[in-house]
Amino acid sequence: MNLNSVLIIQNLFNGLMVGGLYALIAVGYTMVYGILRLINFAHGDIMTMGIYFAFYAVVLMKMPFFLGVIFSIFATAILGFLVDRIAYKPLRNAPRISALITAIGMSFFIESFAVVFFGSNYKSFLKTLGSNSSIIFKTYKIGKIIIPQITLYVILITFFTLLILFYIVYKTKIGMAMRAISADIPTTSLMGINVDLVIGFTFALGSALAAIAGVMWALRYPNFYPYTGFNPGLKAFIAAVFGGIGSLQGAVLGGFLLGLIEIMLITLFPSVMQYKDAFAFLILILILTIKPSGLLGKRSIVKV
Amino acid sequence: MQNENILEIKDLHVYYGSIHAVKGINVIVPRGKIITLIGANGAGKTTTLSCIAGLVKSKRGEIIFNGNDITNKPSHIVNLAGIALVPEGRRIFPNLTVYENLMMGAYKRKDKEKIKQDLEWVFSLFPRLKERISQLGGTLSGGEQQMLAISRALMSKPQLIMMDEPSLGLAPVLVDEVFDVIKKINSEGTTVLLVEQNAVGALSISDFGYVLETGRIVLEGPGEELLKNEEVKKAYLGI
Repeated sequence: MNLNSVLIIQNLFNGLMVGGLYALIAVGYTMVYGILRLINFAHGDIMTMGIYFAFYAVVLMKMPFFLGVIFSIFATAILGFLVDRIAYKPLRNAPRISALITAIGMSFFIESFAVVFFGSNYKSFLKTLGSNSSIIFKTYKIGKIIIPQITLYVILITFFTLLILFYIVYKTKIGMAMRAISADIPTTSLMGINVDLVIGFTFALGSALAAIAGVMWALRYPNFYPYTGFNPGLKAFIAAVFGGIGSLQGAVLGGFLLGLIEIMLITLFPSVMQYKDAFAFLILILILTIKPSGLLGKRSIVKV
Repeated sequence: MQNENILEIKDLHVYYGSIHAVKGINVIVPRGKIITLIGANGAGKTTTLSCIAGLVKSKRGEIIFNGNDITNKPSHIVNLAGIALVPEGRRIFPNLTVYENLMMGAYKRKDKEKIKQDLEWVFSLFPRLKERISQLGGTLSGGEQQMLAISRALMSKPQLIMMDEPSLGLAPVLVDEVFDVIKKINSEGTTVLLVEQNAVGALSISDFGYVLETGRIVLEGPGEELLKNEEVKKAYLGI
């Protein structure tokens, strides 16, 4: 095997990992959009909070790492629920632009909150992991191919998490209500269902996934600070639009494709490294021009 | 103690923005009966049902269900109290299967065995639905969607079922089938509040009817009587 093909295979794994993380975040955007037609711009920052929750659970509350992550998943879910309750629920019947502006405001608020309470300096899980920090550095070697253990873990956990998500959405009662709400909110309430609770659950579910993605992000790229969620949040948003916003399958497909395209471009054309982020936006512009509804999105008819 | 009247509407006023859509109507729905509101487009029939169901708020007036004030209660609370609405335009969930649509109707019920029985019951009313059980709601024909909308409402086991134009847009054969089913549902113990533009069909199965015109009740009486009324004939029956 020559060096190039080794590099390509290694980076395929990298692409899968980054793409999976985009997918985990993108499903949060797409679920909220599917229900409220709202882009929750605070979603990337909710992911950042997920990282901090896990970090402080381990550092301050002395939880074992695994337990800290579980704590973070629940805490972030509650945060997502509260963001909806406090910021978006009062605006359910307001013009959509008001909710959108509120979402941007919520994003700034969470970022500033993190700066004030957690500090603007970089933090890292490395020290907190102590003897367990080997999970970050250990690698598997197959022939000439070297793959970090953490990359494989991230890919596996991502797949497993997405499976659970699809199970919840397509096989459970609350998932059925979520799908019903995405089609018709008033009629769902006619079924005796408290729509606001289901919407709150959707926010909680999306935020829990963002927390999982966030912790894995912070393990793979070990420094984080209050704006860490901004970039992956933006990319995941692009992934959701790429795949067809409002479509769960679309968000997953868009996430993986965006991750793979990004990493592969850098692998094949290392000189364009600095323009990596620009490619994501190029994809966004292209998809909006060629197929605005995204790869798997249905063309929506706006009723006038 | 059971009230004789399952539903009483007293001096109800509803506004749609600045439009005064319902201007102080009084309607009584006795338990076990079929009551109909007829009237032209824009008379306020749909608004009245939406207001009872909690989808729009009233400005003034009272809605009493089983002796309890349910005025301006959120729609999921109204449903839990025992009122189901078959909304205008069916509003079935197009992205859910027929089975899931029916289970949405039964969402808040815990009695699994009874739900199964009721499922069999609605399939006996509309055998066609059983054939389509795993099809998506959006792929059904208009008539099948109407059957599904009625069945979905029945799955919540309501004491009062309200139907908004169930015969609208259906082939004549199906119109008769729908009215037959309404009679059947009623004979099995569910009170029905019907809104229809098809005045003949609706009044002929109704115990009592109200005629609405631009938000006011202009005439009321037993179904058969209204059918014979000269004004009603001229205005709504096209005779």
